[in-house]
Amino acid sequence: MPRKKIKLDHQIENLSILNEKGKLDKDLVPEIDDKTLLRMHRTMVLSRRFDEHQLRWQRQGRIGTFAPAKGQEASQVGSIAAIEPSDWMVPSFRETTAAIWRGTPLTGLLLYNAGYNEGGRIPDDQNDLPIAIPVASQISHAVGIAYAMKCRGEKHLAMTYFGDGATSEGDFHEGLNLAQVYNTPTVFICQNNQWAISTPREIQTRTKTLAQKALAYGMPGLQVDGNDLLAVYAATREAADRARKGDGPTLIECVTYRIEVHTTADDPSKYRSEEEVEAWKKRDPIVRFERYLKTKKLLSDDDIEGIDEEVIKEVKGAWKEAEDQMKQLGDPVDMFDHLYAERPPYLEEQRQDMKQSLEARRG
Amino acid sequence: MAELTMIEAINLALRQEMEKDESVFVLGEDVGYEGGIFRTTENLYDQFGKERVMDTPMAESAILGMSLGMAVYGLKPVCEMQFSGFSYFGFHQMESQVARMRWRSRGRYTVPMVCRMPYGGGVRALEHHSESREVYYAHTPGLKIVIPSGPRNARALLVSAIRDPDPVIFFEGKSIYRSFREEVPDEEETLPIGESQVVREGGDLTMITYGALTHRALEAAETLSEEDGIEAEVIDLLTISPLDDRKLSESVRKTGRVVIVHEAHRSFGPGAEIIARINEKSFFYLEAPIQRVTGYDVITPYFAREQDYIPDTSRILQGARQALSA
Ligand SMILES: Cc1ncc(C[n+]2csc(CCOP(=O)(O)OP(=O)(O)O)c2C)c(N)n1
Ligand SMILES: [Mg+2]
Repeated sequence: MPRKKIKLDHQIENLSILNEKGKLDKDLVPEIDDKTLLRMHRTMVLSRRFDEHQLRWQRQGRIGTFAPAKGQEASQVGSIAAIEPSDWMVPSFRETTAAIWRGTPLTGLLLYNAGYNEGGRIPDDQNDLPIAIPVASQISHAVGIAYAMKCRGEKHLAMTYFGDGATSEGDFHEGLNLAQVYNTPTVFICQNNQWAISTPREIQTRTKTLAQKALAYGMPGLQVDGNDLLAVYAATREAADRARKGDGPTLIECVTYRIEVHTTADDPSKYRSEEEVEAWKKRDPIVRFERYLKTKKLLSDDDIEGIDEEVIKEVKGAWKEAEDQMKQLGDPVDMFDHLYAERPPYLEEQRQDMKQSLEARRG
Repeated sequence: MAELTMIEAINLALRQEMEKDESVFVLGEDVGYEGGIFRTTENLYDQFGKERVMDTPMAESAILGMSLGMAVYGLKPVCEMQFSGFSYFGFHQMESQVARMRWRSRGRYTVPMVCRMPYGGGVRALEHHSESREVYYAHTPGLKIVIPSGPRNARALLVSAIRDPDPVIFFEGKSIYRSFREEVPDEEETLPIGESQVVREGGDLTMITYGALTHRALEAAETLSEEDGIEAEVIDLLTISPLDDRKLSESVRKTGRVVIVHEAHRSFGPGAEIIARINEKSFFYLEAPIQRVTGYDVITPYFAREQDYIPDTSRILQGARQALSA
């Protein structure tokens, strides 16, 4: 018998609980208390409004380039809400919604997008790494953190976010392989938003799913409807439980869509059709979730309007506060801070030189 | 003759070389259908097709490794790293393979490839999008490092780079991509790699620079002339490695005073090597210590601070006057 099928450890499944037409698979609905459901909703709306305002501010030159999360709110909130504050989040650069959930103040995000390093500081009580722009570079960090948790005998986990494009980078494959080899409590959340700038998902990789890449490492992989908050939550919950039990890492592919520009430096009309975007807009994760909350009698149309007004106020207030903070961050010599534990003498000399140059320039 | 931006001039060089030589290929992230995020490869996909203008998955290491393979087999790949700050994903291919293949195979295999990458600050971009770290590559034997300062020389140097028998890294200053236009002839034009240019003549001071900062250096030279009556000779290096010692020596021997201007970090930066070469070749002609005006030795700050990081004309003037004072 020279040739026979090898049975792999895992199969790839697709999970959907609440579909775009509002149909619900009651057996699969994860347990989430009402307060959390409402917080999930509010976080998504806040993130959406924040994106919209930032787009406007970017066009006015008040902030610089940033990557909107619009359309991906459910895949971010669904996943981040399924882990604990004591767990660690290792983001890429599009996780605004998840960051808000974790407690990152809007002012910090605004400072970052306005070009101030101080905006990149994670609040002391938050277990998040800062934004990582080099695609896939953060993935192995989550593996290292998770390994350290395991060595310390703690029941925490590390969860990392990345996009469909990231799965082509060597760093992705090396990271997943090590996670499985060391059986670390890591959850890998791939936000498959169909595009890596102008590169469509089909050109990025020929595999049918991104979730199946886990199989190559002997890891379970699951594909979920990323615009279905309940499905993302359920999948992440399962992965988190597995990690905490010591059963190792999981890869979750959230199938979603980047409704907006890649970043504000991008013009998607060059490479994708309006029809495609419109079709995905009909699968809006917030609208879908609102419908669900309304049938559960947790939200009324009036409530939704009220929340909207509230979050817009919050966003505008954050800009005012960020502006004040920018004024206080007036001195560019702070670029010499936080490079080493102790500043070496040659660097102190340069810092003094810089001070002098600034004074000379001011005249 | 047409007035082109540097983007358009680079595009012209690629198009004409691809028309002329069917072994020239273009590959990289977003370079095909979209025409590159800066539009440097605009319309090449339509004209030459997806086999020669390749939209690659995100895989800097494989883009460089594959380029090496293509080059060894006789093609002339021009690959792109979307930003120099992401080229490190493929650094090992550059250092361990691209730079060494001729040497390791004792001349049997060569790697006539070009790797283009935008570098430098000044466009209010995110982290990793504003660095000027050409020395990582200049420190690697086997690579040539070219950095144009405007549309016309970018076009001519890129043509030379594509035809060069060795791997060339071609750094493009983002801040001058569209900031001005220049006459660029339709007919073929090349410039020798390894030669710098005197872009302003003067007998009192030698100002050595390259890339986007050439323009600030020239501005500072004008101010020196107006305010101090000093005539600075400005040298635009164009090639960082191999360095054009001869042209530097000629100027230094004439002026005896030198200021070096670059955006790259100061320590172990290009200026350090230039000073060493001048010391080795022309030390006794110097009348004052050589001055450096450079980026500071800190990680390039986010953009709210970038104009305080990149040398401006006032810092260049300060450095120049220091070089003149002793
Ligand atoms: C290593 C690396 N190469 C290139 C880039 C430039 N770049 C930024 S985002 C991006 C596409 C990322 O696509 P994906 O992983 O799908 O994430 P998305 O932007 O869709 O969220 C590219 C090419 C980068 N940041 N890092
Ligand atoms: Mg994507």
